[in-house]
Amino acid sequence: MKVGLFVPCYVDMFHPETGIATLELLERFGLSVEYPVDQTCCGQPMTNTGCEREAAKTEELFVRNFEKYDYIVTPSGSCTNQVRHNMTAIEESDAVKHVRSRTYELVEFLHDVLKVDAFPWAEFPHRVALHNNCNTLRNLRIASMTERREEPFSKPKALLKMVKGIEFADLTRPDECCGFGGTFSVFEEGVSAKMGQDKVTDQLKSGAEYVTSSDSSCMMHQEGCARRMGANLKYIHIAQILNGARA
Amino acid sequence: MSGSREAILEAIRKNHIQGDRARPNVPLFDQAAPADLKELFQKSLERMGGKLLTPDAADPMAPVRQAIVKAGPVLSCVPEFEGDMKVTPQTKPTDIALVEYAVLRAAFGVAETGSLCFTEKQLLVNTTGFLPQHLIILLDPAQIVYNLHNAYQRPEWTQAHYAVFQSGPSATADIEGVLVHGAQGVRSLSVLFHPAS
Amino acid sequence: MTAELHEELTDPNADQLDHGAASSRPLKSRISEPQPRGAKVHGNRPIDQSEAANRFIAATEHEAMHDARLWDLRQKRDKEMHGIEEWEELRDLASGIKEHTLSKLDYYLELFEKNATANGIKVHWAKDGAEHNAIVLDILRKKGVERLIKSKSMLTEECGFRHFMAENNVEVIETDLGERIQQLDDEAPSHVVVPAVHKLRTDVAGVFAKTIGSDPDNADAHYLTECQREATRPLILSAQAGMTGGNFVVAETGTFVVCTNEGNADLSANTPSLHIASIGIEKLIPGLDDLAVFVRLLSRSALGSPITQYTSHFRGPREGGEMHVVLVDNGRSERLGMEKFWRGLKCIRCGACMNTCPVFRRSGGLSYGATYAGPIGLIIDPTFNVHKYRNLPYSSTLNGSCTNVCPVKINIHEQIADWRKTLAGEGEISPVKKVMMKAAGEVLASPVVYRASLPLGRSALRHLPHFMLYNKLNTWGRKRDIPETPKQTFNEWYRKNRKQQAEGGKS
Ligand code: SF4
Repeated sequence: MKVGLFVPCYVDMFHPETGIATLELLERFGLSVEYPVDQTCCGQPMTNTGCEREAAKTEELFVRNFEKYDYIVTPSGSCTNQVRHNMTAIEESDAVKHVRSRTYELVEFLHDVLKVDAFPWAEFPHRVALHNNCNTLRNLRIASMTERREEPFSKPKALLKMVKGIEFADLTRPDECCGFGGTFSVFEEGVSAKMGQDKVTDQLKSGAEYVTSSDSSCMMHQEGCARRMGANLKYIHIAQILNGARA
Repeated sequence: MSGSREAILEAIRKNHIQGDRARPNVPLFDQAAPADLKELFQKSLERMGGKLLTPDAADPMAPVRQAIVKAGPVLSCVPEFEGDMKVTPQTKPTDIALVEYAVLRAAFGVAETGSLCFTEKQLLVNTTGFLPQHLIILLDPAQIVYNLHNAYQRPEWTQAHYAVFQSGPSATADIEGVLVHGAQGVRSLSVLFHPAS
Repeated sequence: MTAELHEELTDPNADQLDHGAASSRPLKSRISEPQPRGAKVHGNRPIDQSEAANRFIAATEHEAMHDARLWDLRQKRDKEMHGIEEWEELRDLASGIKEHTLSKLDYYLELFEKNATANGIKVHWAKDGAEHNAIVLDILRKKGVERLIKSKSMLTEECGFRHFMAENNVEVIETDLGERIQQLDDEAPSHVVVPAVHKLRTDVAGVFAKTIGSDPDNADAHYLTECQREATRPLILSAQAGMTGGNFVVAETGTFVVCTNEGNADLSANTPSLHIASIGIEKLIPGLDDLAVFVRLLSRSALGSPITQYTSHFRGPREGGEMHVVLVDNGRSERLGMEKFWRGLKCIRCGACMNTCPVFRRSGGLSYGATYAGPIGLIIDPTFNVHKYRNLPYSSTLNGSCTNVCPVKINIHEQIADWRKTLAGEGEISPVKKVMMKAAGEVLASPVVYRASLPLGRSALRHLPHFMLYNKLNTWGRKRDIPETPKQTFNEWYRKNRKQQAEGGKS
């Protein structure tokens, strides 16, 4: 199985440790993982703003970079959603179809494709609040949502439960959006920041030491709010915890 | 005016939605219905802010009399109870505004929601359902249906010109979510199980 | 004026009863604070929702109450959902029934007309708001009506009905408490179900003191409600005509159904001898079996109560009375032809999407500057005026909660994204967004240019990449810290630590 690693722009730039953890974690399972160095972005900022035409060349580049892999794995559910559901600016060729159907968010890949049942190296003796990105939750269906009458399930939680020493902190509004919303965070800054502050307040009230998520983008926004508020909370990507980070 | 009618229908036909969209079959969802619906009805009624009166086998109308605690005219629309007022052919809808208590019989009840159905047949004048300050309602327990699906199988819907489900008293919470009864309609609603004679 | 209260309610320690639009726990604003007003409307200029939202957020007492109140309604809704095993099946049915009816709307409208007419209802057709208003005025003039009582209707808001009637010397009295508050304050409703939900009790006390002479220092909700009952009743008893909307129209029986908690539709319809109902053509459903599905879903979705206190069915005039139904198009038939957006016509105006929307809860409904606010507003307002409402689809994080609470399963968040595409395609996009995205598209299409644009290693330039900052406003840093830039990017780390693969991975 040949796996292509997609490291979204935010992660590449601000959280290289998340990219490294994702790579190392996949390598632990004996996979041959490659990171095409000419990658940039999935096109989400433009598509998210409605500028589909402006996204076309970025999407083409994405497909060129990744068409040769059996699976494309990325530590971001929101980018996965973009590729799988919204990469429509370019013609639907076989290569495009292949890339779109083979792109997986890391947690789904571990849970659904590799069906991982242990992380013997992982230990995280901390109280952790889990955040699901809205695209990851409601479009990739990584967990059950409170809006629907359905059997509760959570893929990230199922994986985290295999980590030694971890304790979960419950939020009062577990799947309320944190206000990042891609370009929303810049264009509608006031509401975005207020939603972020409310999310951080909920996390603080839960007694969490750490917040984890399979999406760096939401956490970058939350962390930005938390720092400005002087809140004592740490943010860590789920890939790092699963790869054995201790703190 | 008829020009608009044709124009609207024409526009609808022009903008016809593609694809076959068959009319779904709506099940009754009543497999779980308990044999005795009174208990569920009471629970739902109370949830909606209504009150169930305790029956008195020796004196069936005693609970109604006891429920009348405020001074003011009592209008009876039922043969079982003698009030101060009756609806006559001369009664105007606005006359009912003077009434403190109205005693009515419901056509039937719905256990799922604690609703009572009235039509013009029970109300005599439609405003007796909501212009009085308080309502006291007789309900034949044999006339309770399980849920709203069952309720809409009843004959009233194609017989009456006006039919209302009243579920508890008038309520509002338009100011900071604080519940207040009697915003415009009745301030209280009590029900007595009493078979129809 | 003394408030005559239901016994349970005189005890301040008693639990809140769980019906009507009641909050499941007591909420109480702590201080009075001037009410933030809605979006500034300048003719046809695009509405700036975020400007108004920022003012709402700055009124912390209002924002906190609004958010808590609507979130509570959302939670009450969840509780009801869990009580009904067939919930998701009901949503499927509701969606299927609406789609079926909309696909044969001409047939069902004619069927309704035939049955209603046979029962003595006069059916009128209006292509837009102006024609609707003219039809109603004509009916009122013929009867010499000077005062009209009405229950809540979003359609009459669409038609600008109240202002039109005022110009034509007909006094219109709203009988829903929330709507009456808004009328007395000369403000539009901010929410389709709870029109004054953005106001604190002190705001209401201020409005009532000025308009109906209540005690300005008494902001008790029971007292205020009683004041309006006492003030409105004489007006109701002396009105010559009543007006309602319609939540559902049953074609096979010629019935229209109105749902209220206060009983004000029944009052409006039955007290005077003339009843006029204004109804949008999308409200049709085929039969009574279908009606059951919607009545079960409506109040549960809207308020988390099993049913509205009053569910009223009108099938014909009462003896000696007169009943009119005005079927209004006002853009609906055109929307039917919009491939991506016709599903918005399934909406039953329950407001659940507003209650759950994190942006709505923090912005207040008046920030949208349109008849319909919140998620449903984002997808139907542009059909009324694409230029004026072109910014609204951006007032969303596309989180999708709305889609999943919607009882008729409208794909709201997908439509919001589709509107962005449609608007950008039609050139209805703000220049800032356009320029920024064009630049971003070019930078991200080229690995070389992209790498060169990153703020690497220059810690003094700790800011977001240029493509996020193309507008001169670095809004990110106003209320959030900017992430620190690490020494090296992942890309650089990889080239150093996985040299061999880095060669192989080149495209
Ligand atoms: S779009 Fe759906 S959730 Fe929103 S008001 Fe309409 S029916 Fe309710």
